[in-house]
Amino acid sequence: MATIDAPSQVSFQQDAEILRKACKGWGTDEKAIISVLGHRNAAQRKQIRLAYEELYQEDLVKRLESELSGDFERAVYRWILDPADRDAVLANVAIKKLSPDLHVIVEISCTRSPEELLAVRRAYQARYKHSLEEDVAAHTKGDTRTLLVALVTAFRYDGEEINTRLANSEAKILHDAVEDKKFNHEEVIRILTTRSKMQLMATFNRYSDDHGASITKHLQGDSGDEFLLVLRTAVRCLNDSKKYFEKVLHNSIRRMGTDEDALTRVIVTRAEKDLKDIKELYHKRNSVALEQAVAKDTSGDYKALLLTLLGKED
Amino acid sequence: MRTGCYKLFCEDEHQFEWWNHNAIKNLKVEFKRFEDVVVLSLMHPWERDARLLKKALKKGPPQYNVIVEIACTRSSDQLLGARIAYHSLFDRSIEEDIVSNIKGSERKLLVALVRAYRYEGPNVKKDTTRSEAKTLFNAIKNVDTRKVMEDDDVVNILSTRSKPHLKEVYTQYMKLSDKTITEELEVELLLKETIECLCTPQTYFTRVFDTALRDDANEGAKKALTRLIVTQEGGEMKEVAAKFEKQIEERVKGAYKDVLVGVLRKEEK
Repeated sequence: MATIDAPSQVSFQQDAEILRKACKGWGTDEKAIISVLGHRNAAQRKQIRLAYEELYQEDLVKRLESELSGDFERAVYRWILDPADRDAVLANVAIKKLSPDLHVIVEISCTRSPEELLAVRRAYQARYKHSLEEDVAAHTKGDTRTLLVALVTAFRYDGEEINTRLANSEAKILHDAVEDKKFNHEEVIRILTTRSKMQLMATFNRYSDDHGASITKHLQGDSGDEFLLVLRTAVRCLNDSKKYFEKVLHNSIRRMGTDEDALTRVIVTRAEKDLKDIKELYHKRNSVALEQAVAKDTSGDYKALLLTLLGKED
Repeated sequence: MRTGCYKLFCEDEHQFEWWNHNAIKNLKVEFKRFEDVVVLSLMHPWERDARLLKKALKKGPPQYNVIVEIACTRSSDQLLGARIAYHSLFDRSIEEDIVSNIKGSERKLLVALVRAYRYEGPNVKKDTTRSEAKTLFNAIKNVDTRKVMEDDDVVNILSTRSKPHLKEVYTQYMKLSDKTITEELEVELLLKETIECLCTPQTYFTRVFDTALRDDANEGAKKALTRLIVTQEGGEMKEVAAKFEKQIEERVKGAYKDVLVGVLRKEEK
């Protein structure tokens, strides 16, 4: 379930005016920005941008980019974009890093629905004049590349049907591949990138039933093996995405410093999806509410925005 | 009426008019062709392509070029549409079916081609096209170690790059070799067809038309005629078809010809 609290009746013009006022003159009224944008869903945010453009002949996003800074600016920027556009930006940022954040690519391709992933690919082309797969391929090599390109170009069947015989045989193939450290990567990649999510979950369950441990446990290993890491992330995202996101959040709020990139990314991308469930999971596993942990580890307007997106009452 | 049609009916000693099986069989085939044109024309392009893909998979290796044709000559959104339609019609993804039905060396290439969502703008990075031409060149040189269509780098280039980019790669290749890429790939027909469809579609269309209109053309080749004319939108096929119009008029018969030529001419207006 979503965490953000957006009223059903909204005046986009009024919102645009408030935002304009918040940005005009000396300094910026960040509280006003948070109180409007933090309580609007994707469709509403889009309308606000259009209203703003019509009223003031200016792109609201560009205006905010110039007015704000730091972690707060990055969070607002990601929040205000359309979900598909946002994912395109996140993917591009991840790829273009000196040492690409491959797990972000896996995350996007494995936790979004098939239609959402298509929308991301379209948005990516519109923005960067390249296909997403081209850029992924250009910055990776070997089996990692093969796996990532296949994940990013997959258009999985969306249905609920499961073929138990197939789940059985493919669980065996996966187990054989995992056991034999020399790994038939092709078969593993084929299964992971063509089967529907329901089918894969059935396969993973079968794997655990047959071997007493989850496949993710068996995939733990040499952290220097990039392919293994990417593969494991893919399995985790496909098998139980909420558990995966909880872990990312947990790791991002470390004792020594915070990984704001990851924190922003998860909160912003899941706030309208299943952040509530992820929060509950976090609470269960860490004995402290996510809001508390975030409040302790962040500050200022950045903290205020995150807490608003987490559903905290003003 | 029957007594006038010697070719279709023959009298026996009881003066009963049987119909001539062979002649009727031919009639049926002709009508089926007509039916195919009509049905294909009326279908939504996405459903059409999805069904063509399914059929090609069922028929096996001689029809794999249809998969290449659809994956490489449709626009990015049309190919996407076909994948969506495939889900709805068959409750599976096309990738899954290709993987289940094809076990040979073509599998990697075909799966990759079908997943492409190519950028369609004109931007092309010349440096990259040069290095990718070199990659292809090396892969072709090493064909004794491994089939070119099984080379990961080759598959990657052919399935992720935009068509304008690949056309430039094709041109760059000619600086490295006195043959074109397609000339070098006579042994791997499917790969050759892939490159033709992506870089020089007119060559592909010409060959299909030519084969279909020959005297010894088989059913598959003739069906290709229907398929190309009905499913190809856009100028390139039409330009090629114009060159074959006279042959089509001569070799194709009856209602099938009328509807085929009608479809061809209709879109010209």
